[in-house]
Amino acid sequence: MSHEIVDARRLLCPMPVIRVQNRIAELPAGTLVKAICSDPGALSDIPAWCRINGHQVLETRVDDDEYIVIVQVGENT
Amino acid sequence: MSQNRKAVALISGGLDSLLAAKVIQDQGIHVEGINFYTGFCVEGHTHAIRKKDRNKPKRNNALWSAEQLGMKLHIVDIIDEYKDVVYNPRHGYGANMNPCLDCKIFMVQKALEWMQAHDFDFIITGEVIGQRPKSQRKDTMPVISNESGADDLLLRPLCARNLPETRPEKEGWVNREQLFDFSGRTRKPQMALAASLGFEDYAQPAGGCCFLTDAAYSIKLQDLWKSRGEKRYELDDIMLLKVGRHMRPREHFKVIIAREEGEGKFLRGYRKQFVCLDTVSHAGPLALIDGEVTRQDIELAAQLVARYSQGRSAESVELEVSDHGAEAYRIQVAPMPAHEIPQGWHV
Repeated sequence: MSHEIVDARRLLCPMPVIRVQNRIAELPAGTLVKAICSDPGALSDIPAWCRINGHQVLETRVDDDEYIVIVQVGENT
Repeated sequence: MSQNRKAVALISGGLDSLLAAKVIQDQGIHVEGINFYTGFCVEGHTHAIRKKDRNKPKRNNALWSAEQLGMKLHIVDIIDEYKDVVYNPRHGYGANMNPCLDCKIFMVQKALEWMQAHDFDFIITGEVIGQRPKSQRKDTMPVISNESGADDLLLRPLCARNLPETRPEKEGWVNREQLFDFSGRTRKPQMALAASLGFEDYAQPAGGCCFLTDAAYSIKLQDLWKSRGEKRYELDDIMLLKVGRHMRPREHFKVIIAREEGEGKFLRGYRKQFVCLDTVSHAGPLALIDGEVTRQDIELAAQLVARYSQGRSAESVELEVSDHGAEAYRIQVAPMPAHEIPQGWHV
């Protein structure tokens, strides 16, 4: 399945969260968003932001030195 | 009390803003949080950069606060707009380069814009009279309300009863009797309120949430502006001021030397934007040179970097030099003895 990509490499938190937030604001519910980050804080901050704003984190993982978060856009945006 | 009224709460991640939002939520008001990112926020950056800090538990306290309160949080990037506040604060700087009063006015003004755009009714902050010497005083509270344009739509639930009634109180949207009259620097009333509301875990006050309140950081920022001949910065500049050992051996260039592996890795990400020095003959730090430099300047910088490598006692140390991402070359230098480095070079 295709993802909207948010490239947040070399950005420190909360910028990856802001990039994800701003991208999700433009997308319909159900869309998948893949955030690629270099700040490990993104693995906690993006899921926290998703929990309080009604989006679902489908996967978090570490690929080498990159931190990946896959989010499904919720209804309540 | 109306169930339909909506308030936007400035959420810093500290205890006061958490309590202010909770107090208003408990009056049946729909509250959403807003958190502004200036680039100078302390939150988590050292953790992100330094290798030794990476495994420490980390959380963004603004997000954590919002989660505790079960409310949405909107994080707003104000990096570019905020520059004017830092360059020319109408009310001046605090003890360091912190323009606290102008900062608060600006953030309330931005919250007002957000409130109007999203059809909310009023703004709340966790301000307490007397809590901060520059921005949270009885005489500055009306300055913030007036100059931000929020006027009587700005409610400070923790000290409201020490202040004139605001519109949410006059209109009966909130009950003034259920607000508070905290004042002064003591944290005891907030801690007691937190306990009564069931909050046991919250961010401990640590002298501010902004690098501009830090003396060492402020000196580096002033040095940056002096070297440029004007007050000007980009986000990368203010990020780099948080990292490494900064030394200025000549007016026209500065060397940023990583102090540990995590900082070296972070600085390496900037190698295409700077002259980059990497120690290769010995274990040693990575460094960037900020400024227009000659071959002679690069050798001087390399001598400094070599001094902080494991080869500091060796006759010569080899470093790899890459100039803004161009093909790298190697140079050999004698490490500069510690006693020959003037104290004035340390920024």
